[in-house]
Amino acid sequence: MDVSQYLEIFIDETKEHLQNLNTQILELEQDPNNENTVNEIFRAAHSLKGMAGTMGYKRMQALTHDMENVFSEVRNGNIKVKAGMIDILFQCLDALDEYLNNIQSSADEGTNDNEPLIKSLKAILDDKSEEPAAPAKKETKKAETASDKDLWRSVKLTDTAKRVLSEATRQGKNVFGTTVYVSESCILKAARAFLVFKAVEELGEIIVSEPSAQDVEDEKFDLHFSLIVVSDASLEKLIAAIKNVSEIEDAVGGALDKDSYYVEAEAGAQSSDSASVQDAAVSNVSADSSVDAKQKDTKKTAVSKPVVNRTVRVDIEKLDVLMNLVSELIIAKNSLESAATVTETAMSAAFNEHLEYLESVTTNLHESVMKVRMVPIESVVNKFPRMIRDLSKKLNKKMELYMSGEETELDRTVVDEIGDPLMHLLRNSADHGLESAEIRRQRGKSETGSIYLDAYQDGNNVVIEVRDDGNGIDVEAVKKKAIERGTITAEQAENMADKDIINLLFLPSFSTAKQVSDVSGRGVGLDVVKSKIEALSGEVEVKTKLGEGSTFIIRLPLTLAIIQALMVIVGNEKYAISLGSIQTIEDISPSDIKLVQTKEVIHLRGSVIPIVRLNEVLDCETTKKPDENMVVVIVKKGDKLAGLVVDELMGQQEIVIKSLGKYINKCKIISGATILGDGEVALILDANALI
Amino acid sequence: MEELRTDSEIMQFIVIKIGPEQFGIDIKYVDNIVRMQNITRVPKVQDYLKGVINLRGEVLPVVSLRLKMELEADEYTRATRIIILKVDGYEKTGIIVDEVMEVLTIDSSQIDKMTYDANSDIKVNYVNGICKVGDNLISLLDLNVVLTDRENA
Repeated sequence: MDVSQYLEIFIDETKEHLQNLNTQILELEQDPNNENTVNEIFRAAHSLKGMAGTMGYKRMQALTHDMENVFSEVRNGNIKVKAGMIDILFQCLDALDEYLNNIQSSADEGTNDNEPLIKSLKAILDDKSEEPAAPAKKETKKAETASDKDLWRSVKLTDTAKRVLSEATRQGKNVFGTTVYVSESCILKAARAFLVFKAVEELGEIIVSEPSAQDVEDEKFDLHFSLIVVSDASLEKLIAAIKNVSEIEDAVGGALDKDSYYVEAEAGAQSSDSASVQDAAVSNVSADSSVDAKQKDTKKTAVSKPVVNRTVRVDIEKLDVLMNLVSELIIAKNSLESAATVTETAMSAAFNEHLEYLESVTTNLHESVMKVRMVPIESVVNKFPRMIRDLSKKLNKKMELYMSGEETELDRTVVDEIGDPLMHLLRNSADHGLESAEIRRQRGKSETGSIYLDAYQDGNNVVIEVRDDGNGIDVEAVKKKAIERGTITAEQAENMADKDIINLLFLPSFSTAKQVSDVSGRGVGLDVVKSKIEALSGEVEVKTKLGEGSTFIIRLPLTLAIIQALMVIVGNEKYAISLGSIQTIEDISPSDIKLVQTKEVIHLRGSVIPIVRLNEVLDCETTKKPDENMVVVIVKKGDKLAGLVVDELMGQQEIVIKSLGKYINKCKIISGATILGDGEVALILDANALI
Repeated sequence: MEELRTDSEIMQFIVIKIGPEQFGIDIKYVDNIVRMQNITRVPKVQDYLKGVINLRGEVLPVVSLRLKMELEADEYTRATRIIILKVDGYEKTGIIVDEVMEVLTIDSSQIDKMTYDANSDIKVNYVNGICKVGDNLISLLDLNVVLTDRENA
């Protein structure tokens, strides 16, 4: 059977299981006696093993099998969880991850057998005192269940089948019946069954199957199916071959009671009626019991079916197309709107009503398309606790990672890209930010360093903060190094604010300088972080206090294509300002403008806000007289504010962002363009670049 | 008919006029020709970049060929057109021309490649060939040069 069609689902689910295992083992480390965790781990390992087996990834299966054994012993209370064991388990997960990566890139698991890992797992198992309880328990369980599990006894035999069986018996071949139970967690039941069929056919011939082979292949069966087999091999061999297939929970069987001279292999004595009577009886009983069993099983599966989100995988390109269509729709709506205002007097109320309706539809449509593209950042951040744990061991520093806001959603494309920069920042915090336990003690801090990862939505942005309570950035050291390296001159350094000095760390030239990281503890690859974030139209900011820790704040736009904007007029030109960055709009008299260091500022409700005259920045003539009151749009970037002086306000509008292209990207203060309802192009001001 | 030559090729050019001079643009690079329309100025960019226009929902930059060739500024008339160029490796870009004359079909053998170096005259850099049609001389525009930023030149 070709399993390649399952490859994608296999990869996805394996990833999920691995993540789950990572999380659970971390939990187990904290709380070694938590039974739920152990059970959860066991289940995940078991399904992993099964899936790997089905897909034919033998090495992966072998490794998970041994892991499962360990978990099983832990679950039975035969082994205690120890620190060393957790380490080995994590190594196993890494090895599995490696397999998975190989599979993902080449559909092949690679050739690494991970012998040492398997050996250490075995060592853990051997460590426990010989405890016969477990196998014995298994046996009793088997004995108990054997009687009601022998469903093969009720398999209906057709006349042809009977003749074939009689013939086989006369030839001295063994006739067996067997019922195979597929494990409940099995995902690819049909694939399992296929493997069972294959294994059996190597030893003999399948005469009857119930449900039929076709149905089994189409997965039209519950958790078990029964076979009547003619074979030269022994029953034990047959059962063993079946059980060898992974995710087969159990297989029971016995010699089929065909003729009176035949003796049952299993303990339970079988009545030795004549064949015809027996068969008749069997067929009668089977009709009822199989129906019963089926009903029961269907009910069972219906109830036990796990609650999973119903999802459809969609190529992101298709979503892009959909998104573009929505954009077009919004433009069309805007055109209608502006057409309506031109001939307003002639417009009936009904027209406006329809227009409003259209507006609500486009807005909702836009929102849902956006939402389709949104995924929680959880998928990225949930690998971090494990990373911090490993770093903690490696660096020999005690540290804890506290995360919040994992459910915060971002555009899929952004989420895919955000992992690396975040990992970088966390590593930075762990490696350079946090001091050694000794220094921490001296400073009166708790020995265990804390790293925080907080995500939350702030207006049209999503903010992710990476914070540590470590040493902070030594501004003086950075300054010294920057002068040494010739990045800035000593005079420049004199006049630079601490903030600007810290921003030097984001320069590419600083990233490779190992010395800097020795002195100041920062600077490895921060430029990469910055460029990556900026490529996502986000920004990074650092706050730090020497001796108390530092915070890296990443700000990412929530939406990438359509925004709510305030339209303003400067000179005779229309510009759009993203509503998300606007704080308030003020009416300011020219006499309120004060000068600080020859720069214009206004004093507004206790804060001093620098003024940017847009007509000067944009090289155009203002239409206002100098003594007229000014319209000032207060915009914010983080906690910084600026007042943009505009000539007139046009109002709020939903705009579709269009790129200006490479040719015009020199203009930093323009972040893009949009097409207005009348077909005119208006430029979008990047408030962030103006502050 | 002339005998077949391997390097002979039928080419089509759009003949445009800038001032008194006629230029040819290979038709395979012309996406569209539109009438002059309102151009939205973009601040803080090179002077020859006149701004952006909306071409059926696409925002495209528009370049003034006159300014780029360091001639006097455009005077928009009824004949002024914007030619939308689509050249591999570049974004779609519009160029403003005084007038679009005709479409010319010529054989590549009629084209004289520019061989002499005349750096004193900046215009020559924009031309990679000259085509003689009757009494007229048509300069063939090198679109790579037209579409490349002049900043560092």
